[in-house]
Amino acid sequence: MSVSRTKPVFTQGDEFEAIVRSYERAGGDGKNLLSPKFASMVVSGNQVLSTHELPGLEMVAEQLSDGVAARVTVAPGTKVELPVHLCFGVLPERGTQRIVSHFEIGAGASVEFLAHCTFPNSVEVIHLMEAEVRVGEGARMRYSETHFHGEQSGARVVPRGRILVEKGGAYLSEFSLTEGRIGELDFDYTVDVAERGRAELMVRAYGFGSDRLRTVETIRLNGAGARGLAKSRVAVREDAVSDVIATTEGNAPDSRGHVDCVEIVRDRAIASAAPLVRVTCDSAYVTHEAAIGTVNKKELETLMARGLDEEAAVDVIVGAMLKS
Amino acid sequence: MADDSLLIVEGVHLIREGTEILHGVNLTVAEAEVHCLLGRNGSGKSTMAYMLMGSGGYLPSGGTVLFGGRDITDATMTERARLGMTLAWQEPARFEGLPVLDYLRLGMAEPSEERVREALEAVALDPAVYRSRNVDASLSGGERKRIELAAVYAMRPRLAILDEPDSGVDVLSLSDIRDLFARMREQGSALLLITHRDEMVEIADRASLICSGEIVMTGEPAHVQAHYCDRCEICDVAREVEEAADYERV
Repeated sequence: MSVSRTKPVFTQGDEFEAIVRSYERAGGDGKNLLSPKFASMVVSGNQVLSTHELPGLEMVAEQLSDGVAARVTVAPGTKVELPVHLCFGVLPERGTQRIVSHFEIGAGASVEFLAHCTFPNSVEVIHLMEAEVRVGEGARMRYSETHFHGEQSGARVVPRGRILVEKGGAYLSEFSLTEGRIGELDFDYTVDVAERGRAELMVRAYGFGSDRLRTVETIRLNGAGARGLAKSRVAVREDAVSDVIATTEGNAPDSRGHVDCVEIVRDRAIASAAPLVRVTCDSAYVTHEAAIGTVNKKELETLMARGLDEEAAVDVIVGAMLKS
Repeated sequence: MADDSLLIVEGVHLIREGTEILHGVNLTVAEAEVHCLLGRNGSGKSTMAYMLMGSGGYLPSGGTVLFGGRDITDATMTERARLGMTLAWQEPARFEGLPVLDYLRLGMAEPSEERVREALEAVALDPAVYRSRNVDASLSGGERKRIELAAVYAMRPRLAILDEPDSGVDVLSLSDIRDLFARMREQGSALLLITHRDEMVEIADRASLICSGEIVMTGEPAHVQAHYCDRCEICDVAREVEEAADYERV
């Protein structure tokens, strides 16, 4: 089934309303999914509930047995002024949702995607994201993905991204899973950056209970003057475990990259970080920094000296760190 | 002991890592008083500040601390802060990702934009520029100290313990500090101003001199200042502390 429409059409009203409510719990604004000003796509399970395109922006979705395949194309030179809203959800307690996506951002185009993935009742939901992205010459794509998994046992989330940034292009990605339970996160993005291109990858996650997190970010600076930043902000408490691996390669003249990992660990949680820099060109320059520790005593006491109790102070510190 | 005493420290001893740092300290601070605590490096000034605020590892081994008539010797930092006491550290903490606006609002009983603006202007920072900046490493040392003073100002505490608010580069001028403290006093805050700079005494209503973990003099600021300048020399203990600090800076 192929779905591509220019006005919002809701195939399953009740489910759409439920997914919009859930979308709002994940931080989205439900009105934007209904507004003709915004391009949008709403997917529940393997059902495409609505799509709304704009001139120069095409979104074609095809139903799969376990999810949806979507092709998003932005025509060369198109400047999409307002964010494109993508909503992926699974409402039942159990189920698998596989999103196979292909983004083609034409030369000189500019677009921002706000994706909200919501599994509010998840007990055993599996969410697989397989994304291929090509950012054309001089184009710019920002992709922000926020998850909400409810408070029960989280979900199994497996995002995979393979991104190509062409000459002078820019790809900026933020993945955020800081509300509700994580469950299991297995994140793996790789970006290849051509001449004077730029890539920034950011992962924010807050694990607790028995949550498990593994994030792998890889940026390969293959063109002269390419720029890359692989950044992660992770907090774990109780019995959660996190494993952060971030790599930046400087493979071309005057390429510049940086890896920046910060993790806060509390209780019995275990955190590890492996920032890796690799340089194969003598004029490339790649740096890294990584810090893992518990909440800083002076930060904690400073907030307690303003009247916050210890738990509230920790929440402020962790919350701020995850937003940085 | 005056009737208007807000803080009363009686015979406080404090031991850190097996060594007694404070030896039976006595100190009073009145309501809305600016009290300057002078002393050389290593004399116990910062230890006093942490002990008064109830910082971890700084609980007295003897003596009592009364605040507003209540015994707070064993109270937590949060309890002390909620009674109206706060502390501005000599080197304030930095918070990655925390905007100045949020930081200032944290300590305010009734958070308001107006109060945030007033607090930033009180420390000569442009609210339009600073309210959205983060309290992180992007701030200079002087900017961070000003924001700490703004946070204390915004809180309207009954007692603000200010540990070396005048140290470092790019801090407020003495006249600006004087104006700020005058405003805080007008709003009913008492200040315990901890410093080794004798000129800060000019701002104070009273002053005390601490030496080797003991308060050796309390009285008229000019009198204490004169004693500090004329007779208080760097002793062996203080010299060792200063040399160690210099070594760490190198």
